[in-house]
Amino acid sequence: MISEAQSTQQSSRPASDAVKMRATDANVYYGEKHALKGVNLEIKAHEVTALIGPSGCGKSTFLRCLNRMNDLIEGARVTGEIVLDGSDIYDRDLDVVHLRARVGMVFQKPNPFPKSIYDNVAYGPRIHGLAKSGPDLDEIVISSLERAGLYAEVKDRLNEPGTGLSGGQQQRLCIARAIAVSPEVILMDEPCSALDPIATAKVEELIDELRENFTIVIVTHSMQQAARVSQRTAFFHLGELIEVGATEKIFTNPQHKLTQGYITGRFG
Amino acid sequence: MNGEHTVRSYDEELSYLNNLIARMGGLAEAQLDGAIQALVRRDSDLAGRIVAADAKVDELEQEVHAFTVRLLALRQPMAQDLRGIVGALKVSGDLERIADYAANAAKRVLVLNTLPPAKPVSGVPRLARLVQQVLKEVLDSFVEQDVERATKVWVQDEEVDEMYTGLFRELITYMMEDARNITACIHLMFIAKNIERIGDHATNIAETIHFNVKGVPIREARPKGESVLLPEAKAE
Repeated sequence: MISEAQSTQQSSRPASDAVKMRATDANVYYGEKHALKGVNLEIKAHEVTALIGPSGCGKSTFLRCLNRMNDLIEGARVTGEIVLDGSDIYDRDLDVVHLRARVGMVFQKPNPFPKSIYDNVAYGPRIHGLAKSGPDLDEIVISSLERAGLYAEVKDRLNEPGTGLSGGQQQRLCIARAIAVSPEVILMDEPCSALDPIATAKVEELIDELRENFTIVIVTHSMQQAARVSQRTAFFHLGELIEVGATEKIFTNPQHKLTQGYITGRFG
Repeated sequence: MNGEHTVRSYDEELSYLNNLIARMGGLAEAQLDGAIQALVRRDSDLAGRIVAADAKVDELEQEVHAFTVRLLALRQPMAQDLRGIVGALKVSGDLERIADYAANAAKRVLVLNTLPPAKPVSGVPRLARLVQQVLKEVLDSFVEQDVERATKVWVQDEEVDEMYTGLFRELITYMMEDARNITACIHLMFIAKNIERIGDHATNIAETIHFNVKGVPIREARPKGESVLLPEAKAE
């Protein structure tokens, strides 16, 4: 793997150097299949880290390790260490539900609950006991919708079903739902692959705003998107982390031949 | 560039761009050669043709610009492809300037041919031969994307600077000897300066090749030849 030290850190906004999450020798097995091989990666606070690589390279598997979504997959086994703010998230005593409130997730296809727009966003705060109902809950719902850049578009129809929104609005609703529980890290698994270019641009703009308050890890198949939204990019290939560095460095002067081949479209 | 793109037409476009640069380079070389031949042989016909042919180089530069913009918009190139395409754009600018200097030299030949032959003419072709060699080397290194060869050319510019400075002094001496030499010597001086500038653009191309291939600029300081400027007058 090509280390961080070789690349220069440059981004439009000053990013803190604090490490939010760290994977040390992370391995994932799906039954016999060794899907993720000895990955060491630091996720820095208030940065957008993009994970790129061809299908089956382990980037989504790695993303799912970060909030233990792999626990839900039969036969999946994770070894190595993954820490959030210094504590092991695979600790036996750790409450997984609480972990997933701290490390939220947005999926490829917008998946709003078959409930009203309001209840979609209120769901998390209710089950986590952040607010029961009334003005406190209203405030969380409204501010989450505002931060997701959706409030102006839906404020007159908060009681209509979330599934009635357009694809791009549904995805922003899912982002509002994710941020309603005040997570620290947001994981996004190809959040724009089902959206048109305008909706994609809105989500990308939102990602850039969100990084002020959250740490974001995004898996994307669009290299242009990785280049646009992230400060750091990690390239995976066949379950291994090949290269990680400042996004501009990865896209202008990658050090590893495989990275070079992938991002210039010369693969295989 | 290593390996082929999955999308084959992309490779074709990149090689088309490099062919354009190679054609421009060949044309710029021919323009310089023609201007020097015209000087040595006092051939006004040839000089006239060189001046007229400059438009062809400008046309090619326009074509490189248009094609580069198209590639950037349609292919969204990354890494070495991106550096190569931006590099081609820069090199086309250098080649356009080189051809301009050659055409300007040819224009001065037209004036020189109306004057009696000046003695120090021979120093100018000597400088030109060195610069032609530098230019040929750098264009070959571009086609081969050969950094080592390009770096050698880059260092060679020192020699060009030194030869130019010698010529400068020689011309001043002739002008001091006989004021009737001044017109011819001034034109020769400008021709020599043009040729020296061509050498500078060749080093620019060498730097571009380095960046294309390695992704970083040449870091070492380039050895500079003796300057015609007095030490205290150097703008450093």
